[in-house]
Amino acid sequence: MTASSKQLEMTRRTREGSPWTGLWAVVFKEMADLLTSSRMRILEVLILLTAVGAAYAAMSQIRETIGRDPFLFLKLFTVSKAPIPSFVEFLSFLVPLIAISLTFDAINGEFNRRTMSRILSQPIYRDALLFGKFLAAFFTLALVLTVIWLLIIGLGLIGLGVPPSGETVARLLLFLLATIFYGGVWLALAMLFSIVFRQPSAAAMASLAAWLFFLIFWNILAGLFADVLSPVRMGIPQEMLKNAQMQISLARLSPTFLYGEILAALLNPAVRSVGLGLLLPLLPQGAIPGTPLPLGQSLLLIWPQLTGLIAATILLFALGYVLFQRQEIRA
Amino acid sequence: MSNVVINTRDLTKRYDDVVAVDHLDLTIYEGEIFGMLGPNGSGKTTTILMALGLTEPTSGEVRVLGLDPARQPLSVKARVGYIPDQVGFYDELTAVENLLYTARLNGIPRKEAMTRIENALTRLGLGEVMERPVKTFSRGMRQRLAVADVLIKQPGMIIMDEPTQGLDPEGAHEFLDIIRQLKAEGITVLLASHLLHQVQEVCDRVGLFYKGRMALSGTVDELARQYMKGGYRIDLEVQGDRKAIEKALRQVKGVTDVTYLGQNRYEVRAQGDLRADAARAAVLADGRLLSLNVEAPSLDDIYVRYFQEVEHDSIKQAA
Repeated sequence: MTASSKQLEMTRRTREGSPWTGLWAVVFKEMADLLTSSRMRILEVLILLTAVGAAYAAMSQIRETIGRDPFLFLKLFTVSKAPIPSFVEFLSFLVPLIAISLTFDAINGEFNRRTMSRILSQPIYRDALLFGKFLAAFFTLALVLTVIWLLIIGLGLIGLGVPPSGETVARLLLFLLATIFYGGVWLALAMLFSIVFRQPSAAAMASLAAWLFFLIFWNILAGLFADVLSPVRMGIPQEMLKNAQMQISLARLSPTFLYGEILAALLNPAVRSVGLGLLLPLLPQGAIPGTPLPLGQSLLLIWPQLTGLIAATILLFALGYVLFQRQEIRA
Repeated sequence: MSNVVINTRDLTKRYDDVVAVDHLDLTIYEGEIFGMLGPNGSGKTTTILMALGLTEPTSGEVRVLGLDPARQPLSVKARVGYIPDQVGFYDELTAVENLLYTARLNGIPRKEAMTRIENALTRLGLGEVMERPVKTFSRGMRQRLAVADVLIKQPGMIIMDEPTQGLDPEGAHEFLDIIRQLKAEGITVLLASHLLHQVQEVCDRVGLFYKGRMALSGTVDELARQYMKGGYRIDLEVQGDRKAIEKALRQVKGVTDVTYLGQNRYEVRAQGDLRADAARAAVLADGRLLSLNVEAPSLDDIYVRYFQEVEHDSIKQAA
């Protein structure tokens, strides 16, 4: 093929216009739908109760240590008082649920309402519809999480009477960001299922199954697989180390595990490493265990986990994108 | 001849080993109402989806308003309105909100959009209910809302898939009137349906689809002449000399067959409405004309006749 005919072929193959035509129309409409939907009301009540409950429990627990802990505010999120779990425990549990409830009927819902072919016959590409729906859910999730976050900080300011330090605020902001991206993974997953399954209930069940799997079973399975892949035969330290490393590598395939590691490093500055790191000679020279790490170091520690979460989101979205582009529109 | 709006050449769509559309050649002209008729699964919807760029053809070509829908789908979809089979709306939103979303997707500024929406809804008799959620709408109202929805983009052409399905007779009748109004405004209408007698009322030309091919096309009259071999049936009741009357009737120009049914009743097959000529012939043959009736050929008849032939042929081939 000559260069010119190749070029001709290229221009023939390119689609006219931008794939994002109509994107913001979709985003605004979907966000308005999500924010006014009844499922949102339920979520709001649920989240409000958790936030207030967890913050109250944490405050009554940490009042005694006021003035001694430089990262008092972080404790607001992490300290629990039996039987109420800490706020971050609640979050790693609740965020996937919120995310799934936002997107499990994104695409199949349009098919079931028979609006899909009408919307796609407007001058937009499918890209705009899919990405617009994802963005709308993402912004909604970010909005909800930011509100809770501000609520807890406000409660903390009133209840503890101590303003957070600059570094604490920075850590809390990063924590918020990580939580939003953790939700992004579940948004993309539920959206993928909403493309694969024509029934919203099937998509919801599949998403919830995935969530339960990663929340409960994957850690157990990671242990089992690690024993098979690098078994401890002699009981020597090298073998045990390898086994433990394998287990953690496998466990890191779970977004819940990654999120847990991020939380540990961000909200507890005394955490000097994640995973197996504590056992390895990676500590900075002269570091004394127990002293808090500066923010930059904490961030370095969780950088791979954070990018991992974002990459998982993009991967799941891309998979859904390909499937949606190939989907037949007729019902 | 006026301008071509849709033109397909050898258009083919294959799903795995099923051929949905098979080397289709179809031409639709500006300003006409064209009816795509055929049983479910004969390739009507697939053809429409390809014309809108919602499905890519396996091979062949389709041009809509001179544009290639696979490469310039945005331009095509900005000019062509599509009302899908059993069209859906967002039930919890009002009629206006639903149409505003359409307007935004079309990039129409809000102020302009509101004017167009109010005009369209008023025109289709939905002015009273435009602030009500669509879930309170009846099937007929939804169908009219769908027309308002496509009018927002001021299309040059509207494609409707089974527009009268599920409507009660009165609703269907009203809807056909709406289609005639659209034509009067110069909008080309392509409608796909299997409800032949309804389509017959409004279509300028029809195409009969069968197994992904357009088996027949033309005006209903043309098809009747071609396939019914004198599609009009005239019933006469004449007292008088049977032989003379039969002979006279046969000599009328355009009559293809005359049958005596007994009790002074004759059945005349003709290529057109020859009531006056037949009556005159009967009277001139000294007959006393007692009654006269004509039955125009219906698409249903043509359809049934055609597929009887097709099936007959395929059975012969198989044997």
